[in-house]
Amino acid sequence: MADRKVDKETGVETTGHSWDGIEELNNPLPRWWLWCLYLTMIWGLGYVIAYPAWPMVSGATEGVLGWSTRANVARDIEEHEAKNAPLVTALLGAEMDTLTDDADLNRYAVARGGAVFRAQCSQCHGSGAAGAKGYPNLLDNDWLWGGEMAQIAHTIRHGIRNDTDDDARYSEMPAFGDILEQEEIAATVEYVISLSSPDHDAALATTGSELFADNCSSCHGEAAMGDKDIGAPNLTDAIWLYGGDRETLTYTIVNARFGVMPAWGQRLSEEDVRAVSAYVHGLGGGE
Amino acid sequence: MTATPPPSLYKAQEPIFPRKVTGFFRTFKWWIMAVTLGIYYLTPWIRWDRGVNLPDQAVLIDMANRRFYFFWIEIWSHEFYFVAGLLIMAGLGLFLFTSALGRVWCGYTCPQTVWTDLFILVERWIEGDRNARVRLWKSKWDLHKWRLRLTKWFVWLCIAVATGGAWVFYFADAPTLLMNLLTLEAHPAAYITMGILTATTFLFGGFAREQVCIYACPWPRIQAAMMDNDTITVAYREWRGEPRGKGNVRKRDRAAAEKAAAEAQAAGGDQTARYEGTPYPNSPIKLSGGTATISAPVEQEHGDCIDCMACVNVCPMGIDIRDGQQMECITCALCIDACDDVMDKIGKPRGLIDYMALSDEDAERSGKAPAPLWRHILRPRTILYTVMWASIGLALVYALFIRSDIELTVSPVRNPTYVLQSDGSIRNIYDVRLRNKSGDDRLFHLSLTSEEILRIELEGRDGLLSFEVPADSTVLQRVYITARPQDPAATQNSTPLRLWVEDLSTDIRASQTTIFNGKAAQ
Repeated sequence: MADRKVDKETGVETTGHSWDGIEELNNPLPRWWLWCLYLTMIWGLGYVIAYPAWPMVSGATEGVLGWSTRANVARDIEEHEAKNAPLVTALLGAEMDTLTDDADLNRYAVARGGAVFRAQCSQCHGSGAAGAKGYPNLLDNDWLWGGEMAQIAHTIRHGIRNDTDDDARYSEMPAFGDILEQEEIAATVEYVISLSSPDHDAALATTGSELFADNCSSCHGEAAMGDKDIGAPNLTDAIWLYGGDRETLTYTIVNARFGVMPAWGQRLSEEDVRAVSAYVHGLGGGE
Repeated sequence: MTATPPPSLYKAQEPIFPRKVTGFFRTFKWWIMAVTLGIYYLTPWIRWDRGVNLPDQAVLIDMANRRFYFFWIEIWSHEFYFVAGLLIMAGLGLFLFTSALGRVWCGYTCPQTVWTDLFILVERWIEGDRNARVRLWKSKWDLHKWRLRLTKWFVWLCIAVATGGAWVFYFADAPTLLMNLLTLEAHPAAYITMGILTATTFLFGGFAREQVCIYACPWPRIQAAMMDNDTITVAYREWRGEPRGKGNVRKRDRAAAEKAAAEAQAAGGDQTARYEGTPYPNSPIKLSGGTATISAPVEQEHGDCIDCMACVNVCPMGIDIRDGQQMECITCALCIDACDDVMDKIGKPRGLIDYMALSDEDAERSGKAPAPLWRHILRPRTILYTVMWASIGLALVYALFIRSDIELTVSPVRNPTYVLQSDGSIRNIYDVRLRNKSGDDRLFHLSLTSEEILRIELEGRDGLLSFEVPADSTVLQRVYITARPQDPAATQNSTPLRLWVEDLSTDIRASQTTIFNGKAAQ
């Protein structure tokens, strides 16, 4: 310690470190600071005994208090569910068609249904419920199987054209490629296009209208307005599930379509089915 | 090579027994203590009527509902910038005061100073003034000492509990919480907070005291960057006080001076030497040798400081201000009071220890008048701090006044950008959040203005364009705006529009602009 430096002004030893000529005084620490250090050591010892701390081969020591974040989350969820229990009971007891009359209950159902939708439905219908080719857009006011709350709930609960639920919505369009000639199909396509678009061959469409009356109107109706009981689409509106151009319509008529939706009643709780129905109903197209 | 022992790594706290002092600054500090503690303890009990739906506590931080109430002002969590602005103002205010007046925050208003002052006051009431406390500290732990110590600790603890207790009242309805606390029904968070604050108050005010300022607080370090030679701070007029000397030292020196003078006279000197030294209490100097004044060279070297240690004895930080400016000094100005008192007694002018700017030192040493106060205060730096402080203040006040009771936010739903309806019309969806900050449920009417034809509908309102927003809450309303297929808005990329909301009870309106996307948008 021969090279110890002492500050002239204060008579205190310096650390020997100099910054721009300023030297750090080597003042002693307050003793209570040392006590605090010991205290933190004792605290640390107690902590590793009380709480999960030491890493083991699989997992860690559990600690005598049995504290765990996982258990805390489970408890929080439990508390949350207990708080929502009255709303769940109300949701289970509500008439679906009058659900929107109870603003609080509807708000809860829509919020809960939104979470269910994003987890379970968005894979096909999209996170914004705008659908995709073959997967209906749920935001518009066109419904294949009905847009009333109870109808929506039925569709969700039992699904469409699945073979797991006996009450599933079911209908099947024949593949007219085996039934009609190519020209006939072209004429029918032209007629279907004429229903919603002025841009068509009127003569061909007139031919098609007869073919339509013979082959299609039993399901899609005389005026081609569709039938929600059997999921027959309205062909006079602007909305097309697979597309409304000649090529797509020809493909649809030749090969038919067979969209399937699972029976969510078999996968979701009853309250979730009701909640997601309320959510879908509140997206803008609900009737 | 001398083997000096290495210095100790740790230092025990040196006990400090501040002596009682009276004077201008002490009185001023008592007033500040009364006002600040009064504000702290009483504020939660002030009532303020806001109607039935809102709390009637004037100052309330409602964590559960994320509201901050301050008399007529209510701040929601999204308006936290007001609090941020106030914090910035507090910071700049500290800069301003520190650059102008040194560590006045530390010396007068810092909670650590105020509570320590209060604790020392209690200590003096119970254990007596400095000398009695020193004796007590040195004495054995007998019954007498235990009784005084326990009494003191008990009173400290009561103050500490009241301090922690007052804090929690800012976060809940005070009368209700007090009843809950007394009946042991309050939330555990209240008891835990009270416990922590009681412990810290007791420990910091009773025992840690100056240790907090010296070792724990970062502010003294930061303040050094804000002070310069023009900063008014507590200082010792070393050129006036030095060399210091106690009475007996002076007596001895005077005797030597008289002797020297007598010898000089005896030697037949006809000097017209003059005595210019400092007299000391109750001992006016009577010079021998008739009318002749004598020269007393040794005596002349004594300054005004009589080394009475009054300034050191009253110091709550345990330092000697005569050593010059030091980090430990919180500029509490008690040494000024103590020294002025002594100067009065010995018939010397006050101000040996005084508030002064270091830049005046040269002028004062050479006997000139110091620069006027305003010259020290009005500096570019203080003016800059003031301007910054005031600008933020004005901006906050302006923001407060233009704040509406209704707040409307419109977020267009862009997933998807538009929805094709079965009749070919184009619909856009908007999430409209309407905030009713008033204390009553209000009915609002929604409408739109645009250069194109657009139709507005509300989800779940049965065709109505009005809906109620309960008091002090926000409603999220899904709004549909539709353009018919033949209208330009349906086909063009974007059509600007303005959504209006009108409070039907007060006719206050608010609006937001947004965009309608047609088929061309994708």
